[in-house]
Amino acid sequence: MLPLILEDVSFVAGGRAIIDRVSCEITPGPRTVILGPNGAGKSVLMRLCHGLLTPTSGRIVWRGSGHEGRPGAQAMVFQRPVMLRRSAIANVTYGLALAGVARAERERRAHEGLAAVGLTLVANRPARVLSGGEQQKLALARAWALSPEVLFLDEPTANLDPSATRELERIVDQIHASGTKIVMTTHNLGQARRLADEILFMSGGRLADHAPVDEFFAQPSTAEAAAFIKGELPWS
Amino acid sequence: MGDIGSAFAEASRLIVSADRTLFGIVLLSLEVSLSAVAAATAIGLPLGAALAICRFPGRQVLLVALNALMGFPPVVVGLVVYLLLSRAGPLGELGLLFTPAAMVVAQAILVIPIIAGLSRQVLEDAWHEYEEQLRSLGATPTAAAATLLWDTRYSLVTVVLAGFGRAAAEVGAVMIVGGNIDGVTRVMTTAISLETSRGDLPLALGLGIVLITVVFVINAAAQVIKSAAVRRYG
Repeated sequence: MLPLILEDVSFVAGGRAIIDRVSCEITPGPRTVILGPNGAGKSVLMRLCHGLLTPTSGRIVWRGSGHEGRPGAQAMVFQRPVMLRRSAIANVTYGLALAGVARAERERRAHEGLAAVGLTLVANRPARVLSGGEQQKLALARAWALSPEVLFLDEPTANLDPSATRELERIVDQIHASGTKIVMTTHNLGQARRLADEILFMSGGRLADHAPVDEFFAQPSTAEAAAFIKGELPWS
Repeated sequence: MGDIGSAFAEASRLIVSADRTLFGIVLLSLEVSLSAVAAATAIGLPLGAALAICRFPGRQVLLVALNALMGFPPVVVGLVVYLLLSRAGPLGELGLLFTPAAMVVAQAILVIPIIAGLSRQVLEDAWHEYEEQLRSLGATPTAAAATLLWDTRYSLVTVVLAGFGRAAAEVGAVMIVGGNIDGVTRVMTTAISLETSRGDLPLALGLGIVLITVVFVINAAAQVIKSAAVRRYG
């Protein structure tokens, strides 16, 4: 279904342009990291891509999907994992059921998903009593079990400690290695360096830079990007 | 004071000896109120879920109306149901007036707004938390409603109990549409009202004690279930 094409996409809420005429092409393959300070519009841009929000103007097209509208082979992991009041494994089978996977196959795929993120031992524990790190891993398993072509991750490690963050990044790499396109937001430069193949740099609702990761960090093309990398925050 | 004391003693005797009149009344009360609450739950919960999830023009007006109906006077509901079911009314041919079925209808009408209104609040709070995740997973509104109802089931127990409390305690509606006929439509509240005005305090008190006990025990049980569930499922 990729590439995903954004054409002059704007999103206006309360008279303010949260996303301001963003155009870009998200291609299959590289891990795309949407980088930028808080309030730059990263999360909103991701929700527009995933179809949770509708652009006020402009177009979002999945050029490879062959039909109009939002393709199903995509999943998203949120900053705060939403755990349903049921067991860990039931959280995974729930997503599979909504995706129309046959009952007999749900169980098997859910177990595979939990094993892949190392949660086999807590499969039957209620999801809401798991630790924050385990919940986020479960959210990853729930998304991964759907075998999405594209996985969106919205600051998935923002509430996690460093070791849980490392583990989550390792799982994201595994998911990428399994052939899923990764699109992730972060405001963390270190994480962007570790995970990204290409950077979409957002600033004030505009797409301020779009470059391979090495090039972005070596030669940022805009002053905002350069300042962000240096740790200065001219907009605050 | 002596009168009240002996009335209490006599009331206790009626309860302990499982007096047939008293227990006939208690059983009919439970039958009517539980049926009414079951019907009101079947209608009220889906209604509450729809109001929590769907956004449509006129929704605010509907919510205000629903909140107003939560405090609707039972006698007025009784009167309306009476007019509908009376021989000359639109549903007169059903012959339901002065039967337990009419009492179930009246109490269900009283309880539906309570269950719909309170569950709407619970479900809307849950929807705020779940909306993006469920939409991301591709849930249709119907699937989302079912998920919300299931995930808030322990809070909804309290909602249904509030409805039961209203049904079991009201006297105005069942008095009008049931007629308080001895052995046919006499329930705890109408009997208490009648026996008090007739001066038969022991029976009135005995029924009062049973009524309070029933409501108390059911609420306590629900509380225990809910806190156990919260401990288990978070």
